[in-house]
Amino acid sequence: MSENFSAIAYLIASIFFIMALRGLSSPETARNGNMFGITGMVIAIATTLASPSVVSYDWIIVGLVIGGAIGDIIARRIQMTALPQLVAAFHSLVGLAAVFVASAAFYQPAAYGIGDFLSIPTPSMIEMSIGTAIGALTFTGSIIAFAKLQGIMSGAPVIFSGQHLLNAVLGIIMVALVVMICDEQSEQLYWTIVGLALLLGILMIIPIGGADMPVVISMLNSYSGWAACGIGFTLSNPALIIVGALVGSSGAILSYVMCKGMNRSFISVILGGFGGETSTTGSVTGDRNVRAGSADDAAFIMKNASNVIIVPGYGMAVAQAQHALREMADLLKKEGINVRYAIHPVAGRMPGHMNVLLAEANVPYDEVLELDEINRDFPSTDVAFVIGANDVTNPAAKTDPQSAIYGMPILDVERSATVLFIKRSLGSGYAGVDNELFFRENTMMLFSDAKQMCEDIVKALE
Amino acid sequence: MVLESTLGQEKSVTEILKNGAQQSANLIETTAIANSDGSFISMFTIFILAIFVGYYVIWNVTPALHSPLMSVTNAISSVIIVGALIAAGPKEIDITDVNPAKIFGFVAVVLASINIFGGFMVTQRMLQMYKKKVR
Repeated sequence: MSENFSAIAYLIASIFFIMALRGLSSPETARNGNMFGITGMVIAIATTLASPSVVSYDWIIVGLVIGGAIGDIIARRIQMTALPQLVAAFHSLVGLAAVFVASAAFYQPAAYGIGDFLSIPTPSMIEMSIGTAIGALTFTGSIIAFAKLQGIMSGAPVIFSGQHLLNAVLGIIMVALVVMICDEQSEQLYWTIVGLALLLGILMIIPIGGADMPVVISMLNSYSGWAACGIGFTLSNPALIIVGALVGSSGAILSYVMCKGMNRSFISVILGGFGGETSTTGSVTGDRNVRAGSADDAAFIMKNASNVIIVPGYGMAVAQAQHALREMADLLKKEGINVRYAIHPVAGRMPGHMNVLLAEANVPYDEVLELDEINRDFPSTDVAFVIGANDVTNPAAKTDPQSAIYGMPILDVERSATVLFIKRSLGSGYAGVDNELFFRENTMMLFSDAKQMCEDIVKALE
Repeated sequence: MVLESTLGQEKSVTEILKNGAQQSANLIETTAIANSDGSFISMFTIFILAIFVGYYVIWNVTPALHSPLMSVTNAISSVIIVGALIAAGPKEIDITDVNPAKIFGFVAVVLASINIFGGFMVTQRMLQMYKKKVR
């Protein structure tokens, strides 16, 4: 295949990838979008296989079959509640693949037309080191994120003194090593860079706590894109560069959206430690009255309402309550009650987490609204049903400048006539902040497991 | 005397600066030569333009689909497999003397294809769940 022809083919593949992302602007076009993505991938792979540098197919076919089979099994078996972990695991694979591709290019640069072993031209060497370093960092960082999300590792931030200084020093050493390897190439230096990047990936993610995971996952998404870009520059492959830049900017935008949802700067999330110290001061719990209710009470209140807004959070995912919740909503709708869902941008452990879970439970997506779309409707709502969310409903974010979550945009549930709040106990939320909503007159606490409570309400409604 | 020595020093400083400038100019030149057809600049142009395309396309993605967005970007970033294929593809002259590059390439093919198949399939599964209200 001639060089010009394959360049055109890569261009077409890139356009398909852009179309894949474009499709996600609405759920109707999204499925076609995914098909565009698959088509782009097939074109890119076929073009490479037809290039003159690829002559023996046996290893490739074996690799594709093994990888394809594993991917197929994972994709079929995975539970939708485990999605954040899965995405983290997939990011780690992209990172590791980038390291291996860069290493292959390091040992056999001739195959990629970038000089000979240990005498790779400086620019290619820089691109390669950056690609492999970002790849290695993405790999271990994603592994840590995966372990935290899967519960293998505690979600609490791991903090020690001098942490940021250590990271900064390691970062500087990394830059120095890249300069050194350009000066004199050696295997030892190359693997030192890889090792150091692996270590940095771990150190960067351990101080970040569980509730900041939406930012971390988006950030790692972005990194995997930049790693692909680095490799793309090394191989002078425009398709890789375009895809890398698309993925990189996508992850960066998602990180920005998530940070904005928490009113926190990107830097403060990266530095981590949020929610590490649980507030020991100002614990007002105990000497204030809380109105507790039963499933029957909740069923009665909702039956007599005309507008109900459901506010789901991570607790719903943990309790797997989405199906029971939808059943409850269906019964209410049968009574002629207007039921809608309000999603906070950082609800759950990854961007859009709640939307996927509700979609899984067959909730139509046009009943599921974003914060900006629905927040104005709370004052005219009879019942706000909070299930598994806490900090995103805390009025202290608007009123108390001392609060750790001050300034965070929240769902104004307290403006509705009645707030039904499912919670297992009176504990504080992730941010370690007391929620004064619990003590409001119009709040009724439903102390139970989220799923159990929904099932009980369903029984009471029937 | 004092003045002279300072002048001398100044001269040497400017010389060093000059040398430095010359060296970096050389480096840039070699960079350009290494990417003989000026391909670095064209690759860089593609890179920057793609970031802009990404920026505008991603802002159009509805927040409800942010999870599928993550999994599909994950799948397409595995296009890195093209680099792996080139490494795994050369003919082996002697089976006992396998180049490490070929092994690295093979591992990368496996990793990337897990991601390609897994990523697109999970995205498809997710997207199939999004339904409109039945009226």
